[in-house]
Amino acid sequence: MTNHYIDLKNSDVILIMGSNAAEHHPLAFKWILRAKENGARIIHVDPRYTRTSARCDYHVPIRSGTDIAFLGGMINYIINNKKYFRDYVDNYTNASFLVSPDFSFKNGLFSGYDAEKRTYNKDTWTFQMDANGIPLKDPSLQDPHCVFQHLKRHYARYTLDKVSSITGVSKENLLKVYEEYSATGAPDKAGTECYALGWTHHTSGSQNIRTMAIIQLLLGNMGIAGGGINALRGEPNVQGSTDHCILYGNLPGYLKMPTASLDTLGRYLDKYTPKSNDPQSANYYQNYPNFFVSWLKSLYGDAATPENGFGYSWLPKMDDGKHYSQLHLFERMYKGGIRGLFAVGTDPAVSSPNSNKTRKALEKLDWLVCSNIFDNETASFWFGPGVNPKQVKTEVFLLPAAATMEKEGSQSNSGRWVQWKYKAATPPGDAISCGDIQIRMMDAIKTLYAKEGGPNAESILNLKWDYKDPQGNMDVLKVARQINGHWEADVEGVEKGGLVPTFGMLKSDGTTSCGNWIMSGSFGADGENKMTRRGKDDPTGLGLYPNWSFAWPVNRRIIYNRASCDINGKPYNPKRKLLEWTGEKWVGDVPDGPWPPMADKEKGKYPFIMKTDGVGSIFGPGMADGPFPEHYEPLEGPLDHNPLSGQLINPAIEIFSDESDQVHNASEKFPYVCTTYSCTEHWCSGALTRWQAWLLEMQPEAYVEIGEALARELDIANGSKVRVSSARGKTTCVAMVTRRFTPFTIEGRTVHQVGMPFNYGWLYPEDGGDSANILTTTVGDANTFCPEYKAFMVNITRL
Amino acid sequence: MKKTEYVKLIDTTKCTACRGCQVACKQWNEMPALRTRNLGSYQNPPDLQWNTWTLIRFQEYANKNGDFKWLFRKDGCMHCTDAACIKVCPSGALYHTEFGTVGINQKLCIGCKACVSACPFDVPRFNQETEKVYKCDLCYDRLKDGQQPACVLSCPTGALTIGTKEAMIETAYQRLDQLDGKGVVYGDKFVGGTHVMYILSEDPAVYDKLPVKPRVPASVILWKNLFKPFTLIGMGAVAGMAALHYLIKGPHEVHENKEGGE
Amino acid sequence: MELTRRGFLKLTGAVGASSALGLNFKPVNAYAADLSKMNRIKSAKQYTTICAYCSCGCGLICSVDSLTGKIFNIEGDPENPINEGALCAKGAGFFDLTEANKHRLTKVRYRAPYSDRWEEKDWDWAFSRIARLVKDARDKDFVTTNEKGQLVNRTESIAHLGSSNIDNEECWLISQSVRAMGLVYIDHQARV
Repeated sequence: MTNHYIDLKNSDVILIMGSNAAEHHPLAFKWILRAKENGARIIHVDPRYTRTSARCDYHVPIRSGTDIAFLGGMINYIINNKKYFRDYVDNYTNASFLVSPDFSFKNGLFSGYDAEKRTYNKDTWTFQMDANGIPLKDPSLQDPHCVFQHLKRHYARYTLDKVSSITGVSKENLLKVYEEYSATGAPDKAGTECYALGWTHHTSGSQNIRTMAIIQLLLGNMGIAGGGINALRGEPNVQGSTDHCILYGNLPGYLKMPTASLDTLGRYLDKYTPKSNDPQSANYYQNYPNFFVSWLKSLYGDAATPENGFGYSWLPKMDDGKHYSQLHLFERMYKGGIRGLFAVGTDPAVSSPNSNKTRKALEKLDWLVCSNIFDNETASFWFGPGVNPKQVKTEVFLLPAAATMEKEGSQSNSGRWVQWKYKAATPPGDAISCGDIQIRMMDAIKTLYAKEGGPNAESILNLKWDYKDPQGNMDVLKVARQINGHWEADVEGVEKGGLVPTFGMLKSDGTTSCGNWIMSGSFGADGENKMTRRGKDDPTGLGLYPNWSFAWPVNRRIIYNRASCDINGKPYNPKRKLLEWTGEKWVGDVPDGPWPPMADKEKGKYPFIMKTDGVGSIFGPGMADGPFPEHYEPLEGPLDHNPLSGQLINPAIEIFSDESDQVHNASEKFPYVCTTYSCTEHWCSGALTRWQAWLLEMQPEAYVEIGEALARELDIANGSKVRVSSARGKTTCVAMVTRRFTPFTIEGRTVHQVGMPFNYGWLYPEDGGDSANILTTTVGDANTFCPEYKAFMVNITRL
Repeated sequence: MKKTEYVKLIDTTKCTACRGCQVACKQWNEMPALRTRNLGSYQNPPDLQWNTWTLIRFQEYANKNGDFKWLFRKDGCMHCTDAACIKVCPSGALYHTEFGTVGINQKLCIGCKACVSACPFDVPRFNQETEKVYKCDLCYDRLKDGQQPACVLSCPTGALTIGTKEAMIETAYQRLDQLDGKGVVYGDKFVGGTHVMYILSEDPAVYDKLPVKPRVPASVILWKNLFKPFTLIGMGAVAGMAALHYLIKGPHEVHENKEGGE
Repeated sequence: MELTRRGFLKLTGAVGASSALGLNFKPVNAYAADLSKMNRIKSAKQYTTICAYCSCGCGLICSVDSLTGKIFNIEGDPENPINEGALCAKGAGFFDLTEANKHRLTKVRYRAPYSDRWEEKDWDWAFSRIARLVKDARDKDFVTTNEKGQLVNRTESIAHLGSSNIDNEECWLISQSVRAMGLVYIDHQARV
């Protein structure tokens, strides 16, 4: 989230799209309803009428996978009706920047496309530069090469008729949403968007969010109270686990995982340290070397020296252009390329797409180590449906873990608040925390390497791994302090070992060690653990609660908050004053940097300090699939053509195509659009909640929600058993016939959509049904490889 | 020792049916769950049970204009002032607390099920194993300590609130104004006033299992006036209750649920 | 007057004598009148924690029987500004994640190749066996240089998944150690 949960109350219009907030973030909905009580409009755009829709001002049904068409139409509306916030667009976005004359977009493809590799060469996705290397601008926004004119041309194609035909949303409904939402382009209005897996789980997932980011920049809704783009993330510490980057492409703090071509620390830092020639751009990532070298010091400790490049050569390197996501991982496992898998607190046999493929892949493992508080379908795959244990070679360990209230530590919510938890009880039996498991397992591995040696043994032997208390258990505070960072030498009046109070003090010369730069400042120099704070003061009245826990970065509660003020530092909306420049300093939230506002041509800085150019990117060349979002059909959908261009599916997605990855697009065999989701009473794969009787009592077994019209057509009675099948597999569940799914008219014909929860698995409860992912496709977003769980085709038959 | 009367207000226009209340009730009262099946609805268990004292009812509804609504109603004991259950209870297990709510003391319950038959809201439930009746007591234990009932504390959206009777009736009508009169206050006009009240978005007749004009059954009034003064506790009462049961409702269907794997 | 949410949280828990009750799936015979749960809460130790489901970060209070050390009640923390004591169905049922839930794993389970059953093992055995398997796989498949001859120092045949439902400090330990081992197939629920 750019903002945070409580801040939702400050909004004038809340668009909930790609989220079912009331069901999956019930406490977020508390703040959404608080806004409603204050007069805000709450709009829900979703294929299905849900518990969220029931409490919104209105619900707009939309066909799964067509969000970009819907939002592209909104951009078109905003531009045609001049609803954009001109002052904000001029000063705080790249709308005026001139794009290279070689850039083009034709028939669904941007310039530089390589059809064979399904990737883009982005050489033309650049700005024209002046002699000093600063982007050329046309403040009048009239130059045909400027970003604004490109944007206007691109989305002029998204007419009401076209969008309605693609999305199945009536023109009246489109206009109603466009009108109400774009009214937040006024300086004293705030609009926000809440999304969740409904946007990320698509082949164009990142671009769904990008489209909204463009809208928010056009309307001046970024960096303000009640604004922003708010990912309601789905797991308790998914923010923290992402911040610490249990991810193939990033190291803690979103530092880049090195690739093979970056063979020295120098080359690596050169590539990832951005340069800006514009003196008004803070270009904060110019500090990248400080963050990265401090991280290497946290990894290899004293063994990381200037002479050995701080151990850079010991780090694993990915091959350039290759990806190692969960989709790729199971693809490789399926082909026999993975011997051992660690699965900590996760149940991919249920949660990964195309379960039949995933489960087959597990059988190819030599060994599998799972750590959980309950058994699950992954740990027990060897006796799953259709599996003969006598033919499965895999050696399996199921390690009993402590539950969350049985261990001390911190957890980061979606609003970046890092809250401290205390240990209330000891775990039952032999169970220990996942941290203790990792420490003791790594101890055993280190011992073996110390004895026997091995390839690149230095990396393992030099790993700084001194995080135990005198009793031999994980010392959580010691880890937390290492994440925060400390001095490695006596400098600037601080003794070696002293805690670094902010990442601004990190160094690239080896004198600081920091496990994750964004968490630097979670401790004070005096040793105070700020994550434990329970102060309830709220000086701005906006619900920032600056003394409750710690928010990264540097306790900033709303990111890009300098954009809430005009170029002189005066709040655009005096009623919701987030920040104000007094002439000497900023007061309010922790500002995005101490510099004066940008009207001060000497010392002032642009507000988007993490962007190299200092402004918000309406033109976004960083994306794999285009600098402007474009509508493409899902990999498997009801249409055999894309009504907007000759390019049916996202041209930059990777296609997995062995025998287990069957796709039947626009096929009579699988005529119904299907989407998957969770329910309030279960969580993710259900691996925790299905074992809980209170929750199971409320949602006891797998079901498919079917609209009344389709149920009539198929003669399916409410509560009866049906078979749902796709080109990948089939599963049996209960039919829930409902008025909450209604048919769409797409390109002139009726298209039915159905939906299933993904919370069930064969292991428990015994007759509760199996995973909806038996039906889903192995395909992911072009940028992130988030799998497409939200749009695919099925058939339904009564049993 | 008459203290302050409390009323719990259920504002259905704010309820998201997250069912935090349904679970919080079980957590606080240490009630188990039973194995259920999906019968084509989110509503589960399908009805109140001895172990389920509060239940969110889910109802798909379209009004005359075809406007679709998904209605959520938290069902449970209404804590009547003119409480039929207390009137018929021969053992003193059911009683009015100092908050005006209807308490229940299982130790005194003889399992006669008279209250099951008498309740105009069909709330009390009999457990065949313990041979006792169960229902919500509005967390009497917590109220005594000045704590909100478990359901009210758990409610994320403010759909559940509790306060003095006068304050909550005032709140209810203020909310009705806020809703431009598009709603109904339910609970203050019958059985002497209930200590659980609703703000309903629709006419009460629209809702499943919600009596439009609940009242103490005539037979209960008869029973109370004629017999209760003479026979209250003792073996004879059980037989008397059985007779009364037929008098009021005929044979009552006991809500049976086979205990599952738990 | 509206009855407001007030906390019973005392961060310094008083010691009191009371018995453990736990989640009992059998019908409850006793009644609060003579087994006041509120009084047991007052004599319990209280610890705050954060919910383990969605990412709202709701606060909860665990009440722990001072004598047995067992948790006997978990409810919302009214002081936490995010949830102000409220909880959804999953949060309200948090107690069912404690050891009162009979499905909790309490022993190391091991399944040998081609076996059709779990065996119970101790930690020392498990860690030394896992370390051996890791080392054998890593050493056998280690890629020092790629096809282009570039130094890559990676292990492609061992993969790590998870988790977004463990604490930050645990996440960080995992993130550090899997890199030290040379893993590249690393992912977690941020994607799925």
